[in-house]
Amino acid sequence: MSDAERFQTDAEIQWCPGCPNFSLLKAFRSALARLDLAPHRLCLVSGIGQAAKLPHYVRCNFFNGLHGRALPVATAVAAANPELTTVVVTGEGDCYGEGGNHFLHALRRNPNLTVVVHDNRIYALTKGQGSPTTPLGERRSIQFPGVEVEPLNPLGIAVVQGCTFVARGFAPEVEHLADLLAQAMEHPGLSVVDVIQPCITWDPHPVSWYKERVYRLEDDYDPTDPQAALAKTREWGEGRLPIGVLFRADPKPVFGRRFREEIAGGPLAALPPVAVEAIEEVLERMRP
Amino acid sequence: MDDLSVVIAGAAGEGIQVVGEVLAQTVSAHGYAVFAWQEYESRIRGGHSRFALRIGEVPRNAALERADLLLALNPGAAQQYRPLLGDGGLLLSPEGEGEAEGAVAIPFAELAQEAAGKKLYANSVAVGALVAALGMDREVLYRVLERRFREKGEEVSEANRKAAEAGYREATERCGERCPWKLGGAEGRYYLADGHRAVALGAVRAGCRFLSAYPMSPSTSIITFLAKEQERLGVFVEQAEDELAAINMAVGASYAGARSLTATSGGGFALMGEGVSLAGMTETPVVIVLAQRPGPATGLPTRTAQGDLLFAVHAGHGEFPKAVLAPSDPVDAFHQTVRAFDLADRFQVPVVLLTDQFLAESLFSVEDFELGRSEPELHLADPGEIEEYRRYRLTEGGVSPRLYPGQSEHLVGADSDEHDEWGHITEDLEGTAVPMMEKRLSKLAGLRAALRPPEADGVEEAEHVLVGWGSSRGAVREAVELLRAEGVAAGSLHFTDLWPLPEYRFPEGKRYWAVEGNATGQLARLLRSEYAVVFQGRVGRCDGLPLTAETIRRQIDV
Ligand SMILES: Cc1ncc(C[n+]2csc(CCOP(=O)(O)OP(=O)(O)O)c2C)c(N)n1
Repeated sequence: MSDAERFQTDAEIQWCPGCPNFSLLKAFRSALARLDLAPHRLCLVSGIGQAAKLPHYVRCNFFNGLHGRALPVATAVAAANPELTTVVVTGEGDCYGEGGNHFLHALRRNPNLTVVVHDNRIYALTKGQGSPTTPLGERRSIQFPGVEVEPLNPLGIAVVQGCTFVARGFAPEVEHLADLLAQAMEHPGLSVVDVIQPCITWDPHPVSWYKERVYRLEDDYDPTDPQAALAKTREWGEGRLPIGVLFRADPKPVFGRRFREEIAGGPLAALPPVAVEAIEEVLERMRP
Repeated sequence: MDDLSVVIAGAAGEGIQVVGEVLAQTVSAHGYAVFAWQEYESRIRGGHSRFALRIGEVPRNAALERADLLLALNPGAAQQYRPLLGDGGLLLSPEGEGEAEGAVAIPFAELAQEAAGKKLYANSVAVGALVAALGMDREVLYRVLERRFREKGEEVSEANRKAAEAGYREATERCGERCPWKLGGAEGRYYLADGHRAVALGAVRAGCRFLSAYPMSPSTSIITFLAKEQERLGVFVEQAEDELAAINMAVGASYAGARSLTATSGGGFALMGEGVSLAGMTETPVVIVLAQRPGPATGLPTRTAQGDLLFAVHAGHGEFPKAVLAPSDPVDAFHQTVRAFDLADRFQVPVVLLTDQFLAESLFSVEDFELGRSEPELHLADPGEIEEYRRYRLTEGGVSPRLYPGQSEHLVGADSDEHDEWGHITEDLEGTAVPMMEKRLSKLAGLRAALRPPEADGVEEAEHVLVGWGSSRGAVREAVELLRAEGVAAGSLHFTDLWPLPEYRFPEGKRYWAVEGNATGQLARLLRSEYAVVFQGRVGRCDGLPLTAETIRRQIDV
């Protein structure tokens, strides 16, 4: 079996024909093959939306949960079983809208997860409403006169909050994206990869509009400088879309590590119930 | 010595809880059974709080309304709670009524200043006075104090002792004949446990390794306790950013193979509704403690109620099986919690444990937890015995073999969308969606069979049967005793398993009274719809205070 075939499923793909999500999926499988992972060591967690369907198209363990709630589920999976490679696939509506609070707190917790956000700047599955990253002024099905509120800068937030791996990819650039995803999955702690994934049905711009604006970070770009990274995340507003690793820092302690190492001694799933003596000892303290 | 009621009253911030707990421990160390409940306002300082102790030779785990001895830490509290004092009752308070009939003035703060150098130790003066008034051994009190304040260092410990001694001396001098009590010592050897510690320990016994929760009174004590005992009890505890995260984390950890728990109260449970439904659809076991307090919305945050029964039963959108259990006291809470985990695992459903502020925070004298009575049962499948794994394999009884990701080479897929046997999204309505819905709902029969009928006390001979649920068991039983003492043929039925309602036939020709801590008669509604039982009447309480035998008795017109 070739590496990419290993992750093939025969589920019928529900994306629109020609959607950049197909390229994204290709990049994803290619990244997995590069990491030499066995499917049963991989766990994909998603919420709801077009992006969130991706786990059905990869042969692996998966939990396709609720709109906006992939991060808490995945955070717990990664805490309970660090031997799995846990990846969240989500849309920007899912992750920054419905799940915005979880996104903020995932940045605080630093669980060992890779979060891949399919950012089409649109609520696609629900047919074209504005999303948290829709630019000001764009007309959408509910934002009839044009979006009147500022878009979120999720990667800027991630940098400010000290996330140690912050990247942006472009779905049609498959090899470049595969490389980013592989790096992100290898990075310990939380990695955020926001992927520009134009919606061919609802986006007012064609994919070529994005192609004209996307550029790869220069060779002399220093991803360890948070100020430079922040400046890069702001180029969206100027119509320039840098892709690559925007920010990277030394890994920080991951969520749940202290407990696992100092108390549990291993994955929570494999632990037997605590000995009755421990309970008796605690009860004994309730005797005056 | 039987059934003595001591009430300690004061303002939030005056530390009546410390006084109450120290007194409860001292009484318990004397070999008596003590039951203690408390009420307080949702504020950090001021207002009115009460810590009420009921002391006797045998455990009587229900609240009493009257007070025999009232200790008020401030004049306002004395005024507020004085009506509780019955004939021959005594008030200890810092000032005002001097040596009037039935009252003794003890200047707690001044004595603390004199004896220990700080007014801060007024609490220990108070508890010393109580120990003297009740005719107990002060050495036992000193030991309790020493244990309690040991961690704070020698100096603090010593100061508390001196303050207690001053209070003891003062009360001994002043009380004289007006303190007829003599708690010389009894044979009992009791644990002093509250309901939520018992729930927490039951979870540990069941093999729970993961707790995610967002603080909300009165559920918070479970989180605090397990976090504090993390080293010993080995439960990973995370304070989630909100209840949505809390339940989704618990579901995630459970999917990953760790038994998991979340705990909340009404408002938080409302936020969890979608997650309860997620657990139902993905067939992920999870135990949710719903610690009731009076609602709606924020309600009375620190008081008690039994107002979320129907909410728990109906929680979650769509149709799926779940179980609802309501333990009655700490021993029951321990065993029901182990059982909740087993049921959740066995049927791969969410299980709601209904507690309340009264059960959570009252102190009960427990003779024996009978730990051996509950063994955890794990219901995971053996990957070696499975050739092709399908997480949602259609089976007789609806339960599919459960594995967790990474356990073996078998892949485990779970989905909140309607799905096929492998967990993949489906829109095949006839061929897949309907059989899947039927599979999930077919678990109900097994679940129902695993639940227990109500506990019956004297129902056969009774003409009047009081039907209650959850934490009011002690009060209901005592109300039955009151009725019997009047010559009424009374009995009781007590439900701890509330959903799906177990097989049971209500004996005919009785007058049934639904007894519950809510305003709308939720148990009555549930039982009427499932068993078509006709109630003679309803007993309710919705002022935030616990059901007591007296309240119940007053509302039954026989
Ligand atoms: C609680 C809840 N609210 C709303 C929805 C409806 N819904 C489904 S997908 C979606 C938007 C998803 O947008 P995004 O994450 O950007 O994904 P996309 O479809 O664009 O890939 C919404 C609002 C839902 N499923 N659940």
